Amino acid sequence: MAKVTIDGVTAEVPDGTTILNAARMIGGDLVPPAMCYYTKLKTSGGYCRTCIVQVTKGSDKDPRPMPKPVASCRTTVMDGMEVKNITSPELLEARAGVVEFLLLNHPLDCPVCDQAGECDLQNLAYANGKAGTRYQFPRREFEKIDIGDKVQLHMTRCILCYRCVKVADQITDGRVHGVINRGDVSEISTYVANVIDNDFSGNVIDVCPVGALTDKTFRFKSRVWYTKPVDAHRHCTKCTGKVRLWYKGEDVLRVTGRKDHYGEVNDWICNECRFDKKKTADWTIEGPSHIDRGSVISANHYESLKALKATIERQKKALPHGNKVSLGHGALDPNNA
Amino acid sequence: MAKKLLLEYDHVPGISTLDVYRRHGGYASLNKALKDLTPAQVLEEVKTSGLRGRGGAGFPTGMKWGFLARPEGVPRYLVCNADESEPGTFKDRYLMERIPHLLIEGMVLSSYALGANTSYIYIRGEYYYVARILERAIAEAYEAGLLGKNIFNSGFDHDCYVHVGAGAYICGEETALLESLEGKRGNPRIKPPFPAVAGLYGCPTVVNNVETIAAVVPIVRDGGAAYAGIGVGKSTGTKLISASGHINRPGVYEIELGVPVEEFIFSDLYCGGMRNGKKLKAVVAGGSSVPVLPADLILKTAAGEPRLMTYESLADGGFASGTMLGSGGFIVMDEDTSIVKNLWNFTRFYHHESCGQCSPCREGTGWMEKILHKILDGHGTLADVDLLWDIQSKIEGKTICPLGDAAAWPVASAIRHFRKEFEEYVTRPASIRDVKHYYRLHSMAEA
Repeated sequence: MAKVTIDGVTAEVPDGTTILNAARMIGGDLVPPAMCYYTKLKTSGGYCRTCIVQVTKGSDKDPRPMPKPVASCRTTVMDGMEVKNITSPELLEARAGVVEFLLLNHPLDCPVCDQAGECDLQNLAYANGKAGTRYQFPRREFEKIDIGDKVQLHMTRCILCYRCVKVADQITDGRVHGVINRGDVSEISTYVANVIDNDFSGNVIDVCPVGALTDKTFRFKSRVWYTKPVDAHRHCTKCTGKVRLWYKGEDVLRVTGRKDHYGEVNDWICNECRFDKKKTADWTIEGPSHIDRGSVISANHYESLKALKATIERQKKALPHGNKVSLGHGALDPNNA
Repeated sequence: MAKKLLLEYDHVPGISTLDVYRRHGGYASLNKALKDLTPAQVLEEVKTSGLRGRGGAGFPTGMKWGFLARPEGVPRYLVCNADESEPGTFKDRYLMERIPHLLIEGMVLSSYALGANTSYIYIRGEYYYVARILERAIAEAYEAGLLGKNIFNSGFDHDCYVHVGAGAYICGEETALLESLEGKRGNPRIKPPFPAVAGLYGCPTVVNNVETIAAVVPIVRDGGAAYAGIGVGKSTGTKLISASGHINRPGVYEIELGVPVEEFIFSDLYCGGMRNGKKLKAVVAGGSSVPVLPADLILKTAAGEPRLMTYESLADGGFASGTMLGSGGFIVMDEDTSIVKNLWNFTRFYHHESCGQCSPCREGTGWMEKILHKILDGHGTLADVDLLWDIQSKIEGKTICPLGDAAAWPVASAIRHFRKEFEEYVTRPASIRDVKHYYRLHSMAEA
């Protein structure tokens, strides 16, 4: 076991744990954001640089601080290590810089992007970015390519996290896509013009932190915050069959893997479950999904009710004219709550 | 006359052939090492010599070799980094095309010390003709029994291969080089693990610059102590400097470390002074990625001491008033040079060569180039200069490999030392269309 202190909070974690995972064990605000690291994918992480932290003390044995910020997802803790994340203003400034770099050539087409509402880059920019851009040049564009009838590729939105490449390497039989070209014109592409088609290829959609890889069967059908997530399962010979259904009214609009608090799926699901089983009759419903991130999806649903009640209670006390609160049409009536 | 260890016979006709090379003492060091010295003794000589990596970082070679993991039953590799791509640096090319056997002798010697039976020379694609020279030399060495099985009847086997890269600057970074050598995309690896533990094909590997490996030959021949006797302090031995720019005698010079910078620029032995009698304006002392220094700071440190061609003296004052010896790419600029234009040229290079793996370098290098281009076009604003400063500070130290730093340092130093020039470009855009014309006007106004 190694003792590590992150932003003043000390924890004992197993040897070999990364700083990021140690922070996730502690939880709360001090967890660095991560755009390219994915627990289930080996050798992922280290590219996007959003999870950088300042190591102010290397270890008990060698207390020297590390000279540069390190990627917390790829740096293992040492016994006695001290790390600063949100308590270091310089680091937060550096992270804001990384966010600015990530957004530099991003098209900001959120209004027409299917990922909007569940996009890691939106959340990251909201939490760590600046309000405006200082970039005055045309944003980069790519020649559009078709990678098959299931997955839509929007290269302009890509932040080159390499997750989809690692998915293809590690959970599918053969990788037909990768990163071609170099520098700021490098792109995810198949070589030469090919379709990504195998039983688990749909998982690239789940791991994509932005709207670069989206579900063609869900394309433009609904904003994600108008759909209601429900956990369900079925007997599947290829995967565990544990999925999340996204309902709009009575219709299942799409099927995804079940994502945890950090946006990582619990189980990889197969393309049959993802693309072909879109009837309620195909599934055994378990119940509404737990959504606890600051996501706009939760604003419509279950989690928000508790918070709303608390807010109303506070409001009631604060109001001078007794406990009658007037709310707009359709809102929860506090007097019956 | 300064002592030469590497380029002593570089002008001997036919020195690239084995016969002539052996007639001038070639492969004597290898013979000596294999007959009289154990690998540990060779390593000890290198440690004693104080030799430091000649590729740019200046890390002590003996220490690097000492870090090499030696697990049982796992091969170890020596890889020679001949991917010399730093703008302003051409010493390795000169060495390899003139005296290829010096490198090959050094490869076998170093491999003997490291216990490596296989070594690779990774050479950049643009040096294709040099690769041909090396391959010819290797064939000669095999024929003479200097490579292959049982060299000099010592029982030591060694194979050396030349691998031609596709010409990417990033593949000069040691882990990207290893990736490329393995046949993958040349992206730098995330360290740790370091190559000394898991390098080529996951095996312990030492990656050294051409000049470093060549320097092992005179170290074994004369002994580490004799090598350490040359130079100043921790900068021992001789160093190849690629001098270029507005000087009378550009070329590759072997200097004893410790030569004053002023002597190096103005002595007829080396650069031979400024071309056309112009004034010295600035020097990039160690290849394009090290900070540029104005004339007063390159000749004397901030404390007024004369600056010497050593790792320590050039770095004196940190980045505020110092620079680095780097790879020895010594670029001299005269008073007619536009620092802004020069910086744009460097930044364009880093933009083109960024591998695109991590975001600050991928996006930041292109952004800086675009801003510099805008300033050169006469559309810049004062805010752009501050923005450049801010961007470089957000790239430096935030990237996987040192390419981000290499792209950030020239920008930082140019703004630090020549901010006035940037402001001139911004405030008097009409007068900068023809830079030389502008400078002529400017110096007339001063006179």
